[in-house]
Amino acid sequence: MTVDAPVAPGAAPKRRARSVTSLTRSSALGLGIALSWFSLLVLIPLALIVIQSVDGGWATFRDTLTNPQTASALRLTVTQALIVTLINVVMGTLIAWVLVRDSFWGKRLLEVVIDIPFALPTIVAGLVLLSLYGPDSPLGVNVANTERSVFLALLFVTLPFVVRTVQPVLMELDRDVEEAAASLGASRFTTLRRIILPSLAPAITAGAALSFARGISEYGSLVLLSGNLPGKTEVASVRILTYIENGNEAAAASVAVILLVVALAAIVLLQVLSAVVARRG
Amino acid sequence: MASRAAQPRTPGTYVRRLIVVGYLFLLIVWPVSLVVVKTFDGGLGNIQGALSDPEVVFALQLTVYVAVWAVAINTVFGVGISLLLVRYEFPGRRVLSALIDLPLSVSPVVVGLALLLAYAGTDGLFGPTLESAGLQVAFAPAGIILATAFVSLPLVIRELVPVLQEIGTEQEQAAKSLGAGPVQTFRRITLPSIKWALVYGVVLSLARSLGEFGAVKVISGNIAQQTQTATLVVEEKYQDFEQGTAYATSFLLALIAVAALVVVTILRPKDDTDGD
Repeated sequence: MTVDAPVAPGAAPKRRARSVTSLTRSSALGLGIALSWFSLLVLIPLALIVIQSVDGGWATFRDTLTNPQTASALRLTVTQALIVTLINVVMGTLIAWVLVRDSFWGKRLLEVVIDIPFALPTIVAGLVLLSLYGPDSPLGVNVANTERSVFLALLFVTLPFVVRTVQPVLMELDRDVEEAAASLGASRFTTLRRIILPSLAPAITAGAALSFARGISEYGSLVLLSGNLPGKTEVASVRILTYIENGNEAAAASVAVILLVVALAAIVLLQVLSAVVARRG
Repeated sequence: MASRAAQPRTPGTYVRRLIVVGYLFLLIVWPVSLVVVKTFDGGLGNIQGALSDPEVVFALQLTVYVAVWAVAINTVFGVGISLLLVRYEFPGRRVLSALIDLPLSVSPVVVGLALLLAYAGTDGLFGPTLESAGLQVAFAPAGIILATAFVSLPLVIRELVPVLQEIGTEQEQAAKSLGAGPVQTFRRITLPSIKWALVYGVVLSLARSLGEFGAVKVISGNIAQQTQTATLVVEEKYQDFEQGTAYATSFLLALIAVAALVVVTILRPKDDTDGD
């Protein structure tokens, strides 16, 4: 999956020409070692999943997909990840905006708060949410074992992605252009739509792609919170785990491959959308 | 950012500020603080209880052992591959650069499955060979280290690559022309300029490594006092209604992760926030 590094999309104007050289003998050796390790750790094991999923022919694939419990898990996962990603696009951009353009007491504290979902172990994230939105909720809001628990858990773990991709781009954004637009009579909304949004679009896209990919693959934060009720709160990762525990590795691999394909499709779609927005600006 | 002039404040400024602070408070600050409160509900009893439970102590030790190995591997690999990606041209460089991010988009459960397919003792691709050489990977600490290294692999690289691109090679070339060897150039020129990005990447990797759950659950077999890590203990204790122990263990895990982040945020020079 070609997810851009957070700082990549339009973040840094090219400051210095990159001077690259072709490989020397020692760097070629280093590359060989690095590639071998990367293949042994990541590429070969992931390739084995693809092989395993088509090993039994299309039958395994079709049976897995048409299994009502699996289909419902996939539907729930993709729907919730989509909704959460949409909210992240809006809230993440807003948070980044406030962090960059506003200044107030405690802003540095917010910077640390944004990173907490990255830092917290996912199982702890589930426990954390359970304490405010579970059976003993001081707010009286109990989402445990409902569809909304999946939504809430995904919202928590994916929060930093859009913020952290948009923030550096917003910092680099030239304020002179906005002022020029305003002095030429553009309203704040027009400036936002024609000047700011097109420059932020690639970064928002990158963040949304990361957020969606993370959303559909989430597991740890849901274990204690969602109750993993089949057909109701069971997500794709839990289905995969159940298949593994039952020794059905082919079916597990099939669901895994579907997740990979969905993530890829989402990323391609987002790239296209982002290109459209950027061109209109 | 010196160019960031103060924005004229409008009512909208305060509305936005209120929405953002409110959102973060409800989603993160309040729930996290509740776990801290619950941990210290009866004084230090929960923490003492957890630390006198041999399962918890073993799991914490195993977690630290695994995390240190995974972070060490990722640091060496990360620095090496970042230098190669930025400083050298070779066929397939762009593909490799895209593939490096792959582990971030793969479900932890899928990571566990992939490693099982490769390293399971009886039916894995490499498992039987390694086992006959005396190295058990799946359901052993080696497998947990692999799973942890897998999920945190891109973090160091993502911090280093932008900084390496930014600093260019002029100083390195100057050092080389003055007769410095590759090791000396790296230690005296490259390392000081990537220091903060490296520290940040290592801290992120450490936090991720201490907290990995799904991949470790699949590859470790989750055997108490053998392959059970701290996050697995939290799940077990919570489901066994030993919630005090679960909260205390969670608190210890979160404390290490958040403390590391705070320390880096404070230490890091203020104008160096581009690499986030």
